[in-house]
Amino acid sequence: MPTPLITTRDLSKTYELGGFVVQALRGVSLDIYAGEFVAVMGPSGSGKSTFMNLLGCLDTPTSGEYLLAGERISGLDSDALAGIRNRRIGFVFQSFNLLPRTSALENIALPLLYCGVPAEARNRRAAASLAEVGLADRGHHHPAQLSGGQQQRVAIARALVNEPVLILADEPTGALDTLTSCEVMALLQQLNARGMTVILVTHEHDIAEFAKRVVTFRDGRVVEDRAVEKPRDAAALAIELRAEQPA
Amino acid sequence: MNILASIRIALRALRINKLRSALTMLGIIIGVAAVITMIAVGSGAQQRIEDQIKGLGTNLIILLPGSTTSGGARMGAGSRNTLTEEDAYAIQRDVPAVQASAPTLRGTGQVVGGTANWSTVFYGVTPEYFEARNWVVAQGKGFEPADIAGAAKVALLGDTVVRNLFGETDPIGQVVRIRKVPFIVIGTLEKKGQSLMGQDQDDVILMPISTARKRVLGQGAGRLRTVGSVSIKVRDGEDMAEAEAQIRSLLRQRHRIQQDREDDFTLRNLSEVLATREESSRIMGLLLAAVASVSLLVGGIGIMNIMLVSVTERTREIGLRMAVGARGRDILTQFLVEAITLALIGGLLGIALGVGGSVAISQFVGWPIALGIEPVVLAVGFAAGIGIFFGFYPARKASRLLPIEALRYE
Repeated sequence: MPTPLITTRDLSKTYELGGFVVQALRGVSLDIYAGEFVAVMGPSGSGKSTFMNLLGCLDTPTSGEYLLAGERISGLDSDALAGIRNRRIGFVFQSFNLLPRTSALENIALPLLYCGVPAEARNRRAAASLAEVGLADRGHHHPAQLSGGQQQRVAIARALVNEPVLILADEPTGALDTLTSCEVMALLQQLNARGMTVILVTHEHDIAEFAKRVVTFRDGRVVEDRAVEKPRDAAALAIELRAEQPA
Repeated sequence: MNILASIRIALRALRINKLRSALTMLGIIIGVAAVITMIAVGSGAQQRIEDQIKGLGTNLIILLPGSTTSGGARMGAGSRNTLTEEDAYAIQRDVPAVQASAPTLRGTGQVVGGTANWSTVFYGVTPEYFEARNWVVAQGKGFEPADIAGAAKVALLGDTVVRNLFGETDPIGQVVRIRKVPFIVIGTLEKKGQSLMGQDQDDVILMPISTARKRVLGQGAGRLRTVGSVSIKVRDGEDMAEAEAQIRSLLRQRHRIQQDREDDFTLRNLSEVLATREESSRIMGLLLAAVASVSLLVGGIGIMNIMLVSVTERTREIGLRMAVGARGRDILTQFLVEAITLALIGGLLGIALGVGGSVAISQFVGWPIALGIEPVVLAVGFAAGIGIFFGFYPARKASRLLPIEALRYE
């Protein structure tokens, strides 16, 4: 058995909100191996987003252990966490989070700006990443000039540009219609097929079925952890959906 | 992240809110322009006074005879003939701090020359007078020692006299009659303009002191060669008070004045009056600059205000930048550079406006201005300083946001 890419042991997170103590996460122990495609499911308030934020080093746990590729993350300072987010993790958000009035290429190059890659290499790598998500000709478009699906693909290109070990997608299809959702999921499946580890947060069963493993949260705990027998093929489904649409 | 990339990001952020950026800059533009203009006007006024002092001679001491008492009424300085030419020569010879000591006789009278006549002041002088009072011969030549020794009937005319007697024609070699005594004009004096007291300094004729005494004022018979005043120029770098003390002790000795008796002469130091004027103009200038600095301060607060708004507005952007790997100090740099860019662009525009305004003031209002490189450098430094000072708090606020909270900010 190889070392897991992600190991959490008794991971807990407690918030204080207006005097109330909210236990968002109550001891989550999970192993995720390189190359997996995991969907994290659960109703709102189940702690799935909190778990995701902890994995993404956007937040720090109240107690428990988190190891990324064998390295202990809990206890690192904010600069070190920024470095991990920059080099090892790619984020995809529900609301895309692209900088407005900024070209797709510059948006994609953003992570490279913070690790000192020279301008020329930044442009080259951003263009390569954009081509990978199939939008090579949209490099100079601003987010407002792109459709929702295209914006999310630009965001995925940004997540990929610094060659991370892990893609964290938080409700990536939440703001998209069915066909576009399928296209985005197809892209994530394609990345996973090439060996990228993908963790996806969703509350839609349909979307979760594209993953290879589904972890369900309720009240801050893992209540179910199952392998998907036969993940749905997003690319094939997208073709089907496109054929159904009136011309 | 390098500084060039930061500047590019800052410029883009400022471009996105053009009107807001322009209005914020306006505060700095007006502040810097006001500081530069006020300093230019203030130091211009100061410079003019300094020039006047220089024209007069900063290190000039005027020696006047003492007063007489007639029936209990004291007659004022110069009413007694206690000073002689020999006193003046002794001062020149025996007081090392003195550069030039020039005895002078003063008179007024009608002058006839060319086709006109004119009432003016004439001074009987020695060649030292030119040095002591900073007179320059514009055309022709000055007096030779032989002119003094031989009481030659030669004269130098001030600019006003030349214009009134000769108009545009060349006065050199012409004859003028001063109190009916004929003189040959050997030269003209360079224009000096008005004195600080508003007198026309060019309405004057200079002649050898011996000529004035013997041929015009008719004092030839007297045993003592008395003079009206002595203009004494102290060497540069010498202490005025020290020189005055030496002159005083020399004269008391020469005039055999007892320890407990008053001087029979008066020493006047013109620069004291002018130093007071200079000081008041300097304070005025400082005051103007201080008032202008307040507007610069207000401009700085404007920058801080807008940066705080900007940080709040762009909280999600900050969150995203942090999510993709920006450290606190990257965010700090970004917002600081933005504030400094805002302040510097405003500062540069302010310099242009300030220099333009100063030139306009000198052109249209006619006030003297003095534009130096120092106020410009000062203003740029000040603008950058304001950017750093007022940008730091909002920038630090941005850099201390938690990534997850910034990302979730609505």
